[in-house]
Amino acid sequence: MKYNVIDGLKYTQQHEWARPEDGTAVVGLSDYAQDKLGEIVFVELPDIGAEVEAGKSAAVIESVKAVADLYAPVDGKVTEVNEALLDQPEVINQDPYGEGWVFKVEVKDESQLDKLMDKPAYEEFIIKEEEEE
Amino acid sequence: MGETKKTPFYERHVAQNGKIVDYSGWLLPVQFPQGLVEEVHDTRNRATIFDVSHMGEVSVEGKDAEAYLQKILTNDISKLKDKAITYSPVCYPNGGVVDDILIYRINSEEYLLVVNAANTDKDYEWFQENCFGDVKLQNLSSEYAQIALQGPNSESILQELTDISLADMKFYRFQANVSVAGVNSIVSRTGYTGEDGFEVYCKNEGALTLWDAVWEAGQKKELRPAGLGARDVLRLEASLPLYGHELSQDITPLQAGLNRFVALDKQDPFIGQEALQKQKQEGFNRKLFGLEMLERGVPREGYLVMAGKDEIGWISSGSYSPTLDKFIAMAFLDPEVAKQGEEVDVAIRKRTYRAKITKMPFYRRDK
Repeated sequence: MKYNVIDGLKYTQQHEWARPEDGTAVVGLSDYAQDKLGEIVFVELPDIGAEVEAGKSAAVIESVKAVADLYAPVDGKVTEVNEALLDQPEVINQDPYGEGWVFKVEVKDESQLDKLMDKPAYEEFIIKEEEEE
Repeated sequence: MGETKKTPFYERHVAQNGKIVDYSGWLLPVQFPQGLVEEVHDTRNRATIFDVSHMGEVSVEGKDAEAYLQKILTNDISKLKDKAITYSPVCYPNGGVVDDILIYRINSEEYLLVVNAANTDKDYEWFQENCFGDVKLQNLSSEYAQIALQGPNSESILQELTDISLADMKFYRFQANVSVAGVNSIVSRTGYTGEDGFEVYCKNEGALTLWDAVWEAGQKKELRPAGLGARDVLRLEASLPLYGHELSQDITPLQAGLNRFVALDKQDPFIGQEALQKQKQEGFNRKLFGLEMLERGVPREGYLVMAGKDEIGWISSGSYSPTLDKFIAMAFLDPEVAKQGEEVDVAIRKRTYRAKITKMPFYRRDK
């Protein structure tokens, strides 16, 4: 696999990842997604306290050439945002699963996380998407 | 739009893992694995090779060639020398732009026009419609391939492949029937990046030989491939207009600030001259300005520009500039309100971001 997919994370079909952590989920962009976008130059974060909805845009990530929405993987209230990205958005390219996290959201309904893809399922999903291109 | 076309270099782009897109009906690389930002730095600091075979070529021959070109071009070519090139918009009677093109003068009865890919068919029809006297037009676009070699190392790379002295070739000069790696070519010191560089034209048959030779010669000089994405950012940094953005049938050359390429006092008037004279006198409500973002935000085409609550124009091209490490844009603004050095707001999604009106070009190379 050309792209890094980490065990223990949950993945969406729009290429976000979510990591469950004490009743919240840390959310970011997958390695595949950051690679497709290219050099990231701008991030628009949600407000702390904002209610986000699964499958709806919660943040905006921009590369030199493209504007991409980052969709919330679950419903809930935003509890924290990664403000370091405002000055250094390229961290998403460098460390998408670590320092490049985007926001944290309170998880209301655990079953929403369960429905997301695990590592093997997401890898298969990427391979299919690559083939379709 | 017909089916997509491949240039002679298509397989080379695929072999280099270029990301291929359909651009005006041509399959061309938009970027390579090193990424657009690196490609821009490579072009400014070393050298890059671009496939620009999609550009159209039209030959103009005959005793009335010069008079004919004087009629369709806004620029005055009466002083253009043999082996010299000039740039000119081509206008409709209302002053709107058909295309912006390069004119290569081989001699007084022989010229080559280089036109935008997306406009080639439209241009050729326009050229034919307005043709008169002893003028023979030929659309050679499908016969010619074109390579752009751009960046400070370009001259030394290309010099290895040809006997003519490139050091003696000035900017916007060219030579035809030059052997480059044994391939009969037209070599011109031109480009669309704001950098020193060359564009080399040859017939499709010799194209791969030419490409491979340039690539090979470039290996010692850090030559790398670059795609359409980098080309667009490079031309924005150099504030070069792109048809469909800074020029169109609804935007005149005067609005785009191209006054020095519009000879409003031509004795035998060019098509659109009267309309442009009138516009010059009466003024216009939108003119091209440079913007530099003061807050981090990516200005993109179509975003509105505000002065307080008033909408004063729109962005025609915008991007992150790798060379300047700033966010820059060209924008059509109300010249009554917009003044250099003043601050305006750019509306990006839910809010506005501060920007400053700056002079163009954003980037100018050291000569």
